[in-house]
Amino acid sequence: MKKFTSLLIITLAIGAIAFSGCSSRRGTDTGKVRIGYSTPALTNQFWNRVTEGIQKEGEAGGIDVIVADAQGDSGKQLSDIEDLVQKKVSAILISPWDTDTAASCLRKANRAGIPIIVVDIGTSGGEYASFIVSDNKEGGRMAGRYIAEKIGDSGKAVHIQCQLGARNAQLRGEGFEEIMNEKGISIVAKQPADSRRDLGMSVMENILQKNPDVNAVFAQNDEMALGALRAIQTGGLEGKIMVVGFDGNNDAIDAIREGGMAASVGQQPEEMGRIAMQTAVKIINGETVDKQIFVPVKLITKDDLK
Amino acid sequence: MLKKLGGIIGPLVGLIIICIILTIMSANFLTAGNLSNIVKQISVNAILATGATLIILTGGIDLSVGSLLALAGAVAGHFLLTAGIPAGIIAGLIVGVIAGSANGLLISYGRVAPFIVTLGTMTILRSLTLVFTNGKPISNYPESFLAIGEGEIFHIPIPVLIALLVMLACHLMLKHTRFGRYIYAIGGNEEATKLSGIKVKLQKTKVYVLAGLLSAIGAIVFISRLDSAQPQAGVGFELDAIAAVVIGGTSLSGGQGGIPGTLIGALIMGVLRNGLNLMEVSAFWQQAFIGSVIILAVLADQLRKKGD
Repeated sequence: MKKFTSLLIITLAIGAIAFSGCSSRRGTDTGKVRIGYSTPALTNQFWNRVTEGIQKEGEAGGIDVIVADAQGDSGKQLSDIEDLVQKKVSAILISPWDTDTAASCLRKANRAGIPIIVVDIGTSGGEYASFIVSDNKEGGRMAGRYIAEKIGDSGKAVHIQCQLGARNAQLRGEGFEEIMNEKGISIVAKQPADSRRDLGMSVMENILQKNPDVNAVFAQNDEMALGALRAIQTGGLEGKIMVVGFDGNNDAIDAIREGGMAASVGQQPEEMGRIAMQTAVKIINGETVDKQIFVPVKLITKDDLK
Repeated sequence: MLKKLGGIIGPLVGLIIICIILTIMSANFLTAGNLSNIVKQISVNAILATGATLIILTGGIDLSVGSLLALAGAVAGHFLLTAGIPAGIIAGLIVGVIAGSANGLLISYGRVAPFIVTLGTMTILRSLTLVFTNGKPISNYPESFLAIGEGEIFHIPIPVLIALLVMLACHLMLKHTRFGRYIYAIGGNEEATKLSGIKVKLQKTKVYVLAGLLSAIGAIVFISRLDSAQPQAGVGFELDAIAAVVIGGTSLSGGQGGIPGTLIGALIMGVLRNGLNLMEVSAFWQQAFIGSVIILAVLADQLRKKGD
């Protein structure tokens, strides 16, 4: 057993050395500016698209981009940052796995004196040069305006929330309610459904018992919106209640195309990557940048999908 | 008659009291639409809780049912879309049987405590679901499959009908077959059952296989109702199922209780959730209410037994 364990450790060590060798070979001594990007998981479509945006902008500007994939592991993300610090990149972009991981990563970069830019998610500590994030509140307003336009001022709306601690989602809700108040549209029910489709369905089923005459539903993410849509369909009210979600995920896009969902507020990951890269370049050139930069979101309706 | 009702009297009275309170508090509670809504919403939990009842009667526990629901649902969903409805349903049920067998064999023949085995399989099955689905939902099933979740026969929603059939079959099995009596005997006194010549290990394994199959049936109903198999589906369902069993008066130490109690337990859970929603109680408080009801139910049961 002991023999096996030591053999395992040796194998892992060799593997690790071999792998780190692979990733450090690229981009050394080319004389170009080098910028590192630490992504939480490339298997995730969203991060994949952010990475594409960063790489494209890097190519255009003749910058070497070193991408490190944490593969969904916060420990690996921390060591990825250590590696980037070792490589003495000019700036680091990070999309943190979570806000606590972000804090540890930021402190590492801070100690090395390398400017670090947080791309989405946010951080619970450390110093960052800029924080690039989707304009969630404006997205909520867009959803609100679209609903108001379609149902008129005398309509009734339902608001389905993500788990109550999720800050990005809360901002969406605040933006939505701002418009509802402005237009005098009453929100007859407001319930959390924990970002889940099945809970979105049962919450909506219950709401429909009390308020079968509502005109619109805004859900803070697409999963809950799709659940609410199911409740509306199985309740025989399809076409009578408009559903607007947030994210622009694949199932939601299909539902919008088929006419079940009215719209979804889509984030623009490529744009987020592009803006992040531009911000990094500005910082390297000594220009001042805003502490928080909003990436525009856009409303996706059936007309956009033709 | 009263004596025959036995252990379910307490939960039944509790259910009636809750219904009366909700009828007074919310005008929308006691309507045909809402009641049909409640029974549709509890159908999946009732199916899972039926499996949980069988297992708890033997003195065991199964924490893996929620994860199994997700995996069986994902596999069924995938094959529904690629190989047709019968293939999808069968594939889902096979997943249930395999996972149930793994639980049963490890518990009976591997002699590992049920809590540990199913805690392990709970995380393994969840992980397999994420691998299988690549973290994405599998959606948009054919209309004829969605009929399982949406349709009605004689004005009874099909999910409810399936749950009732599953419960009736298991109730009859428990009361009128040798296998049913073995289940009670194992929970009552496993050692004595073994000494009387019954193959306890085999019988226990069969119980877990059956519970796995029931989880898979629950999964089929679930994905058909939602028109989507979700990688994160069923999180916490195992606790809902166990709660329904316990509220229904089945003893966690095994040997006592039955399916009718579980049906009432599932109804209490469903009625409470629905009622709290109708009254727009925040989701944070809802959990505290439901937790209190679980404790009250068991407490009342204990006091009543003392009184006998």
